[in-house]
Amino acid sequence: MRFALPLAIFLALAVMLGLGLQRDPRALQTALLNQPAPAIARPLLEDPRQQFDQASLRGQVWLLNVWASWCAPCRQELPLLVEFSRRDQVPVYGLNYKDQPDKARALLRVAGNPYVASAVDADGRTGMDFGIQGVPETFVIDGQGRVRYRHLGPVTAEVWQQKLLPVVKAVQ
Amino acid sequence: MIAELGVFSMVLSLIVAFVLACLPLAGAQLGIRSWVALARPAAALHCLLSLLSIAILTWCFRAGDFSVLYVAANSHSELPMMYKLTAVWGGHEGSMLLWQVMLACWTLAVAWRSRALPPAFVARVLAVLGWISVGLLLFLLFLSNPFTRLVPAALEGKDLNPLLQDPGMVFHPPLLYMGYVGFAVPFAFALAALISGELGAAWARWSRSWTLAAWGFLTLGILLGSAWAYYVLGWGGWWFWDPVENASFMPWLLGTALLHSLIVTDQRGAFRSWSALLAICAFSLCLLGTFLVRSGVLTSVHAFAVDPGRGLFILCFIVAVVGTSLWLFAWRAAALGQGGGQFGMLSRETLLLVNNVLFSAAALAVLLGTLYPLALDVLSDEKISVGPPYFQAVFLPLVLPAVALMGVGAVARWKLGTWAEIWRRLRAALAWSAVCAVVLVLSNGRLGPRISPATLLGVTLGLWCVLSTLAHAWQRLAPAWREGQGWQRLARQPWGWWGMLMAHAGVGIFVLAVSLADGLESKRETSVAQGETVELAGYRFRFDSLAPAAGPNYDAQRAQFSVRHGNEQWLMYPEKRVFRAQTMGLSQAAIDSGWTRDVFVALGEPLDEAGSRWTVRLQIKPFMDWIWLGTLMMALGAGLSLMDTRFRVARQRLPQRAPKALQERLS
Repeated sequence: MRFALPLAIFLALAVMLGLGLQRDPRALQTALLNQPAPAIARPLLEDPRQQFDQASLRGQVWLLNVWASWCAPCRQELPLLVEFSRRDQVPVYGLNYKDQPDKARALLRVAGNPYVASAVDADGRTGMDFGIQGVPETFVIDGQGRVRYRHLGPVTAEVWQQKLLPVVKAVQ
Repeated sequence: MIAELGVFSMVLSLIVAFVLACLPLAGAQLGIRSWVALARPAAALHCLLSLLSIAILTWCFRAGDFSVLYVAANSHSELPMMYKLTAVWGGHEGSMLLWQVMLACWTLAVAWRSRALPPAFVARVLAVLGWISVGLLLFLLFLSNPFTRLVPAALEGKDLNPLLQDPGMVFHPPLLYMGYVGFAVPFAFALAALISGELGAAWARWSRSWTLAAWGFLTLGILLGSAWAYYVLGWGGWWFWDPVENASFMPWLLGTALLHSLIVTDQRGAFRSWSALLAICAFSLCLLGTFLVRSGVLTSVHAFAVDPGRGLFILCFIVAVVGTSLWLFAWRAAALGQGGGQFGMLSRETLLLVNNVLFSAAALAVLLGTLYPLALDVLSDEKISVGPPYFQAVFLPLVLPAVALMGVGAVARWKLGTWAEIWRRLRAALAWSAVCAVVLVLSNGRLGPRISPATLLGVTLGLWCVLSTLAHAWQRLAPAWREGQGWQRLARQPWGWWGMLMAHAGVGIFVLAVSLADGLESKRETSVAQGETVELAGYRFRFDSLAPAAGPNYDAQRAQFSVRHGNEQWLMYPEKRVFRAQTMGLSQAAIDSGWTRDVFVALGEPLDEAGSRWTVRLQIKPFMDWIWLGTLMMALGAGLSLMDTRFRVARQRLPQRAPKALQERLS
């Protein structure tokens, strides 16, 4: 009987892969679109005693950038976000995803801090609410607190100019 | 016309593969010798036809025939000739064709190198390989035909993906596929043994050389892939636990386990069913890797073909191949897998078993991390990704003990070892490692930069691997040396022993280098304007100038950095390339490699229109080159072991058991 165990495990795996094949890996792109952004009731990276205040952001368009110090592309986009958010006057907030606060703060000190504030999502629950698929990701959130755009992967100059900025301008 | 010939040769190849899959197998079961005798010529013809089809595809690329869809999608008239040839396997269809051709080559190699094995057994092995070829050729012909015409023909090609336009990419896919596909051979041997009931020491010995060859190629393939990520992706790392990387790493882990388990089956007759299961699983993971990369089930940095139809076919193919073999295993292994010598708690068998369990568990952990996002998606509609923190937390605790036990396993006796003997043989290595560890801990932060406990552990472990391997070599050779017969003793050692030493020392150097390169690295992402100087870990980088430069098929912004360290000063030229055909940007990092450190400069993005201010990524990675050296030594170790006469003796001795008449008929 124990020799049949590998076969049983494999068949279960095959069923799962078969079901997985029916899924569209990018389906979530539309699932959150124009829906209210999930709540980010998380402590701030800069000061753990304070909570991320989502309600106060009503009435302005802002970007939520999901990042972590262990994520190589995130490190790469940081200086870019610093420069562009200042230049184009777009506030960027961070969601520090499954990270250690010391390492996250250390990275921001070295690479520059583009965020008005960063919420600490140590266990990744908030990330799950947002349906994070990979880090980094960037969401555009409008004045009513709705998700208007989602970008998977690092922000480059092209992405900023051709994708994020047009959405921000249109929503404003 | 030429392209149609390619399709034609693929169809012929399919027919031959089908004959190869059916007749020799039936012949071996029913005892029909003429059908058994068909296996070798069919394997040769099959290989010839497969080579012909890839030669024709290569010709289409060389000639720039843009009326072939695949050529138009992956080539360009300005593409340098070397990359035109690389483009043959730069896309989905071509890389699947390469897979199939490699399989045909391995099949031929088995037919050629196993003339001394019992014919019925070889016929079964070749038939199993034939079945795999049938599946792949059906897939190629119906779902990813590289010779599909484009009507009307394109005037210009879309160019090869710029990321793939790198010298490393010329050799990475063929070597990786040689390894991937090579595991089909031990798989076929295991299946043939399960079918015929000869799951014994002889089977293990025959499988060993093939496993070694496949493992060596896979090691080289992963090495090149990783070097490619380091030199071309420009992210400054060399391993990202990306699903595609994991897909090649899982068979490597199981292959390592298989390699060691087959030693026990060969020498002591034990672990038979376990070795067979490992052989089946290693190849299953190779197929699964293909599925993951090709189907789009998991999104990844460099999955370049996303097509559910193809994914469904590959899944059905996997279910057929793996399901059948595991069913065969469930049915036959219980009866065949028993036996083998007894062994004590402290023996080489036990230590190799621990190695096996740890490596299999590590492969399972990587598999879990790779598939968990998918499982969660299917079960609960959540989409997540599993990152390096998971893999580091789960993988390292499993593999580090295996690495630590490596030196002990090599010196322990078969059957029953004693602590006293192991202590006697390893105490010097242990003492030196301990001394180094103590010195490191005491001097930490006083002589150089402060390093973390994990790095200390890694350095000590790497030293222990190298020292215990050296101690092993010394004890084998030193007595003869004292008697003045050192050279004779040296020459009399089997190649397999040298290979083992080389590979184990390579593991030590690899662990040492990884610990130092990751533990002591300094990096900095910052923005810098022309004329400014940035400092990192005692290196001063001055951004001198930026000038346009033109390559054969790209335009680049070429920056000049003068780097100063101590009294030395040199220039580095990172580039930002834009490929004309795809207008895709690529950052070509400048890397100054040295024995003790790599200096890495990569351009990020321009921060103003004039391009006077850029984001840059600077890195100093100590002992980076030693990572490649350690891996190379592992692959070289496999190569040395392959020269061992034991594998050749096996080929000469065993056929005498086969009936004489049958041998004569076949020769």
